[in-house]
Amino acid sequence: MAGSLLALAVLWYVIAVYAQNRYLPTPLAVFDVLLREGANGELWKNTSATLVRVAVAFVVSMIIGTAIGLVLGRSKPADKFFDAWLILFLNLPALVTITLCYIWFGLTDAAAITAVALNKIPNVAVNMREGARSLSKDLDEMAKVYKFGWWKTLRHVTLPQLAPFFAAAARSGLALVWKIVLVVEAFGRSSGVGYRLSIAFQEFDVTTILAYALAFILVVQVIEFTVLQPLQSRVTAWRR
Amino acid sequence: MTGVNGELPIRVSVRRKIFPAVGTRDAQLVLKDISFEVEPRSFLVITGPSGCGKSTLLNIIAGLDTDFEGSIDLGPAKDRLTFIFQTPRLLPWRTVYENIALVLPDGDPRHARIPEMLQRVGLGQAMNAYPERLSLGMQRRASLARGFILEPEILLMDEPFVSLDDPTATSLRELLTELWHSHPTTVIFVTHDRAEAIQLGTRILRLAPGKASVAQDVTINLTEAQRHDRAAILAEQNRIFAA
Repeated sequence: MAGSLLALAVLWYVIAVYAQNRYLPTPLAVFDVLLREGANGELWKNTSATLVRVAVAFVVSMIIGTAIGLVLGRSKPADKFFDAWLILFLNLPALVTITLCYIWFGLTDAAAITAVALNKIPNVAVNMREGARSLSKDLDEMAKVYKFGWWKTLRHVTLPQLAPFFAAAARSGLALVWKIVLVVEAFGRSSGVGYRLSIAFQEFDVTTILAYALAFILVVQVIEFTVLQPLQSRVTAWRR
Repeated sequence: MTGVNGELPIRVSVRRKIFPAVGTRDAQLVLKDISFEVEPRSFLVITGPSGCGKSTLLNIIAGLDTDFEGSIDLGPAKDRLTFIFQTPRLLPWRTVYENIALVLPDGDPRHARIPEMLQRVGLGQAMNAYPERLSLGMQRRASLARGFILEPEILLMDEPFVSLDDPTATSLRELLTELWHSHPTTVIFVTHDRAEAIQLGTRILRLAPGKASVAQDVTINLTEAQRHDRAAILAEQNRIFAA
């Protein structure tokens, strides 16, 4: 993987040197900006502000989305009634929820996080609904015959069946959430990677845009490899 | 180790069991006027062709299906009932050992006997394996161990040896007989295999195909030695099923 990424960087370098255009900086120029922003503290300040928003929005959407998904997956009437709502929210453009949240709730962090969560919740709900629908009736009967009680049933029978769906929702969720957080920040916040990108856009400063994009991709990759992937392989370790 | 219930028989009485209409399929009468008693520590085999309602009857007795007309009286032994399902129904995300341990309450002294029980069913080496990595025969053994660790007063079994190869099925039948002799318990065993019914049971209840009711109720008179003799089993089979 390192080799293929290096090849991409080399390709970028060659094209940038050949094009000689101020809107296509070389990887080295981008790296310089990264160092400069890192040294003056801007990089850290904006990245951490964005990370906090991502974390809060992520946790809120996972909790609410899971709850909704489980209810819809277990109750046929509820599913029949709310299915249309779910499809509506799934297809609501992110831009619409963002602008409406800012207009209704003001340019606040609460509004920003609500907007991100509203975009992500339907996604989690659909995933978890699938999980709840596929719960095994056979294992349910087994737990009943062997008198597991509600806590043992939840912990050893129900949750392990939902875990793969939860892990899948979490992985696709992180990618979606951080992209929407940047848009929300560009629109109505005065800190964060999204905010910094919008300033760079006004100055047509492509080098800074690329530097921040790279920095954030790096952060998300680290989370992916150190948290989400180990989590997923742990919950599916029993598979043949 | 024998009954806390003294000598009370199990009383089963199902007047009517109907599968409600679904979609284009009409409602279906599955069981009608079935009533019998099972003596404590006897081995009753319920047999009959596929689709005659055997498994449904067993689910009703186990309390898993409560949508029927009639009554089931398991007596005081009802709290010590175990059901061995047709499929092993082990939790795939728990090891064999954990699957057995989970049916015991926390801190139960019987936890200490799990390794011995697993040895007995030939799973001593597979204790820490996940069920999906084992053969179907081994999963069935684990499911037997899970049922027997509870030392049940009532043991319900739904075709537990179906779709196994002959040697495996034979060895599991012997294991069941052995476990039953060392811990006598009231067994209701469902199968469509006539030879198996005669080899294991002390009494056979035959459900009639399509009529949803009892066709025949006979006692099997075989000695322990005869149960290992193919000719004796065949003779008994002819006596019972010729009718």
